[in-house]
Amino acid sequence: MTTFGWPEFMFLVRATGWTLLLTAIAFVLGGIAGGALAIMRLSSRAALRRIATVYILVIQSVPVLMVLFMSYYGLALAGFELPPLLAASISLGIYVSAYLAEIWRGSIEAVPFQQWEASASLALTRAQQYRYVILPQAIRISLPPTVGFLVQLVKNTSIVSVVGFVELSRAGQLVNNATFQPFAIFGVVAALYFVICFPLSRLSRHLEKVLHVSRGH
Amino acid sequence: MSAVVIEDVHKRFGTVEVLKGVSLAIEKGQVVAIIGRSGSGKSTLLRCVNGLEPFQSGRIEVVGHTVDQDPKRLRELRKDVGIVFQSYNLFPHLTVGQNIMLAPRIAKGMKDNDALALAKEVLAQVGLTEKFDVYPDNLSGGQQQRVAIARSLAMRPQVMLFDEVTSALDPELTGEVLLVMEKLAREGMTMLLVTHEMNFARSVADITVFMHQGKIWESGPSEALFSAPKTPELQAFVGSNLK
Repeated sequence: MTTFGWPEFMFLVRATGWTLLLTAIAFVLGGIAGGALAIMRLSSRAALRRIATVYILVIQSVPVLMVLFMSYYGLALAGFELPPLLAASISLGIYVSAYLAEIWRGSIEAVPFQQWEASASLALTRAQQYRYVILPQAIRISLPPTVGFLVQLVKNTSIVSVVGFVELSRAGQLVNNATFQPFAIFGVVAALYFVICFPLSRLSRHLEKVLHVSRGH
Repeated sequence: MSAVVIEDVHKRFGTVEVLKGVSLAIEKGQVVAIIGRSGSGKSTLLRCVNGLEPFQSGRIEVVGHTVDQDPKRLRELRKDVGIVFQSYNLFPHLTVGQNIMLAPRIAKGMKDNDALALAKEVLAQVGLTEKFDVYPDNLSGGQQQRVAIARSLAMRPQVMLFDEVTSALDPELTGEVLLVMEKLAREGMTMLLVTHEMNFARSVADITVFMHQGKIWESGPSEALFSAPKTPELQAFVGSNLK
């Protein structure tokens, strides 16, 4: 039986890289879809609003795990074998999109409606209003909760270990199976998560403070 | 030809009828003040003129544009009709200069250099040339409102609407905004304004319109209207406001 040493530690560090990569991919995919969904939720067309509402409601009401099982095992059964990284990215992206859509919708709605009226009165189209007036202000409002959500996402990536994707949590399990030193190993795993999440939490709180005090610039 | 024609406009919010058949014509270069108690429908009427409020029946025509809710026609209308709000509504993430240049560049496709020259020109008109690079948050209410007027002027409107533009200001700041409006009026701008400044309406507006219960109750040349109100409602209103 091996013991927990330098090579095992480096194995965990490399797995941390996968956790970060997975977080980044899920965030980008989810962010693109979530942005579109947020705007659909606020569309003047009822059909678009309804599609986005139902999507968000469904995704927020089922465990990510089920989405993951469906995209990994379900699609495999239907003949589409997705590599674990792809299945994991897509599943997490779907999960992220539903939550970011709601965070961002709230941020857009937090921009005073007078800003819509003033920009409409200057003959801007709806797209121009979003682009030049509403979104720059909404993004500022959304930064603290978005970064806060990112912290959740980093931790929730651990769920993809169930489809055999070796990220930080799964790597911890593997090392533990070989060495059986759970306190040391999972302590290190937790510390690695902490090293990522703690600065993000601080950043979120910092943004909240800074952006609140001076909202012009 | 009239610059603004309002014909028998009816407007409901749900079951409440706030405009009960309003008709009004404004000639080019005329200044018309709308006065009345809160809830009389005066702001709603003003907002109908640039399409911010849809109305159920009647007709509004502004410098050749028929007002309806078609987005494309609304944009064409709004290139010719400026509006200034009670709460200024400047864009807080943009500097004064950017606030003014945005619509001419984006909505009218003006070149950057032309927009810059235009912004400086309209800022000079409201006496704030030196504030070009300042953010709205760092301006007083009166200055913000003057920038809002400049931002509207940069669209080269043929008609300007003012919706209680001094109501949010401290008394010592109202003067500087009214002065700018008076200058605009003298220069021949067609103006429709909702106001609580009775002295301003009396001295600057050619016509004053008194609204009551969603109707134009009484209207006429400002001086005559204020010195000899005919209806008891206007007599009471003028009495309570001039004391």
